[in-house]
Amino acid sequence: MSYCRQEGKDRIIFVTKEDHEAPSNAELIADDPNDPYEEQGLILPNGDINWNCPCLGGMASGPCGSQFKEAFSCFHYSKEEVKGSECIDNFRNMQECMQRYPELYPQEEDKESTQAEASSSSVSAAPTEGSALPPETDSTPGTSTSESAVSSDSTSLVDNQTAS
Amino acid sequence: MLKCRTVWKKLAPLARASSTVCRQNVRRTGLTSRRIPACGPVAHMSTGPAGGGRENQLYILLVGAAGVGGALYTYRTVKGDSQRYQDRIDEISSRSYKRATAEPATSIKSESSVIPEPEPSLEPEAAPSLEPEAAPSQEPEAAPSPEEPSPPAPDAEVAAPETTELPPGGPAPDSLKVPSHTPYLLIGGGTASFAAARSIRARDPGAKVLIVTDESDPPYMRPPLSKELWFSDDPGVTETLRFKQWNGKERSIYFQPPSFYINAEELNSAENGGVAILTGKKVVHMDVRGNKIKLDDDTEISYDKCLIATGGVPRNLQVIERAGEEVMKKTTLFRKIEDFKSLDKVSRNVKSITIIGGGFLGSELACALGRRSTEYDLEVVQMFPEKGNMGKVLPEYLSNWTTEKVKSEGVKVISEALVKSVVCKDDKLEIKLKDGRLVKTDHIVAAVGLEPNVDLAKSAGLEVDSDFGGFRVNAELQARSNIWVAGDAACFYDIRLGRRRVEHHDHAVVSGRLAGENMTGANKPYWHQSMFWSDLGPDVGYEAIGIVDSSLPTVGVFAKATAKDTPKAATEKSGTGIRSESETEETATSPVASLTLAPTAEQNKDEYGKGVIFYLRDKVVVGIILWNVFNRMPIARKIIKDGEEHADLNEVAKLFNIHDD
Repeated sequence: MSYCRQEGKDRIIFVTKEDHEAPSNAELIADDPNDPYEEQGLILPNGDINWNCPCLGGMASGPCGSQFKEAFSCFHYSKEEVKGSECIDNFRNMQECMQRYPELYPQEEDKESTQAEASSSSVSAAPTEGSALPPETDSTPGTSTSESAVSSDSTSLVDNQTAS
Repeated sequence: MLKCRTVWKKLAPLARASSTVCRQNVRRTGLTSRRIPACGPVAHMSTGPAGGGRENQLYILLVGAAGVGGALYTYRTVKGDSQRYQDRIDEISSRSYKRATAEPATSIKSESSVIPEPEPSLEPEAAPSLEPEAAPSQEPEAAPSPEEPSPPAPDAEVAAPETTELPPGGPAPDSLKVPSHTPYLLIGGGTASFAAARSIRARDPGAKVLIVTDESDPPYMRPPLSKELWFSDDPGVTETLRFKQWNGKERSIYFQPPSFYINAEELNSAENGGVAILTGKKVVHMDVRGNKIKLDDDTEISYDKCLIATGGVPRNLQVIERAGEEVMKKTTLFRKIEDFKSLDKVSRNVKSITIIGGGFLGSELACALGRRSTEYDLEVVQMFPEKGNMGKVLPEYLSNWTTEKVKSEGVKVISEALVKSVVCKDDKLEIKLKDGRLVKTDHIVAAVGLEPNVDLAKSAGLEVDSDFGGFRVNAELQARSNIWVAGDAACFYDIRLGRRRVEHHDHAVVSGRLAGENMTGANKPYWHQSMFWSDLGPDVGYEAIGIVDSSLPTVGVFAKATAKDTPKAATEKSGTGIRSESETEETATSPVASLTLAPTAEQNKDEYGKGVIFYLRDKVVVGIILWNVFNRMPIARKIIKDGEEHADLNEVAKLFNIHDD
């Protein structure tokens, strides 16, 4: 049983688990997915990539930012059967650039080379990528699972980054 | 004023009468110095009985007196306000002048007559360094300089007005060849600045961003300085500044290692742009019309867009400032990396430390040092004027409960303590409180607030807020059309919660990011509400959002906590080290082998184990604290965003599922 106490202007309510079992009748205003003020997830409503998404960490803004953007854009807009298969060169450029900054992009050679080239490996990475996105980007896990090949690669790189 | 009004009302008919009479008198006598309603084409109302001469004078006197009284009151109010404003500006400028050194500023950009003299002396030192530097950088301004050695005088005079970035006859030959122009200039090298830099680079491909900071360190995060770094097992932590997060992942407090940044000289020539940092340089003057700033070494840098993210300096108690050199030497104002290093050293070498201040910083440091107290035989005292820790944030019952927790961390808490004086006696500090108590200690840490750094307000002509301090900016964080302010120094308009100034890490990230977006054309207002958090030992942790002021009425909904509800457990579960990370950065891809703590639930004696506290303003929730309840911040954010009046807050509390993990 919940009980209530008032200490001056402050009210204190103690509740048990049972008290909170009934669903809440508090009304929340529905969110507008196209609200321009809101923080956007990885993919914007118009389909573009949100380079400023916190989930990318510093990937798009670092020294290899332009290579990363090219590679990821290529992948994102790729319509090939094996998504991103025409983007090998872009990914190679990105990898080369990243190798020049081992401090920023700690190298895990095996993981990187396989993931960067084979989008099929993304399937295993997809669930982790989905959970990896911060809670507020609720719209993205559904839409971005197809992007997960690159993003999981990038997120794993970000993950291993010493600081972002 | 009221008195005047009532008197006036009574005298109104007489006044009207006297006004007509006055006018007649004026025409007769030629007196014009009285406050009379305008002569001539003014429709005047009734014509009362025209009194005799003596009555006239009495009326005139009364009217005159009322008028003068009103005028005097208005004058004094206006003067007082402008005086207060002027005092503040003077105080600010006196601070900046103190630091704007007594060195004769031998500005290179002086009249050409002066130039031939310093130039020749500069040449031998500057020339060898300029030549190798000029080659890679290829700035247009650099071009004339290699020619300097050959035809000194004429070229010098031509080159000098352009080469404003030459440092005045310097000792260091590898002096920074600072770019004379940068598209994006960020003043200040802290969290907000870094977040803005990242945002700009993400949105404007190939952007060239220059960060100017007077610190010697590149941008770093501040929270670990009073939290994680103190709990590190690494004896070399003061050097590495790395900390192990709860989940075992280690990271540095620096946002990025030095290789992330490019050299200032290379900024203009970098093909894909980059972020360059100029450390150890202070911006002393800002010319808003000319879109340029001046550094303390007289270098001028012009910009297209500028961000001011100067943060603030810790406040000090007046009694300590007046107490003299000896006391100041034993006092730490905690904010930067060097303060952390020095306090760490002090804590190992003294017997007693006293922390003055009961807010976030004071309490966190007290808990951190309290932990060490057993190891190092250190006495830790914390004193503050409020009744309990976080007295200005938490409602009283919670503040008291928190104070007990702090005490159990090994801290001697002295509440309701107002410091009257501090003296240094026999190499120990004696703090005398207003109620007569005396505290003897070896070192003081003053955590009594932050003074926002608005030194540039005067030269830039920017508005400073008199209520909250800081630069006044609009909802888009703009101070002027091409100047933005973010972080601790920004007093901004929050569409939902009103004008405020926030001094938290996540706010610096959010506002910095927003400023960066707006600098690249986004025009978004401050909308995503920032949060903050604090841990007081391993058992008490909370996250908060919005306006969390203990003077507001609150409604707290609590459940009993289990062993699973501690900050430690929360971060382990989400796989992040700093809770803000789980909000703003990505979370770990591999969930840590999650804890299966046995539900030793019920033995928790504490009443306030976990729960949600709502802060209300006019029946609308404006602030929420999640007390030992984690990873629910998005719900809290949503409730504040809605800004609705909820009849039953218990129903709202249900949304948080406080009984679950």
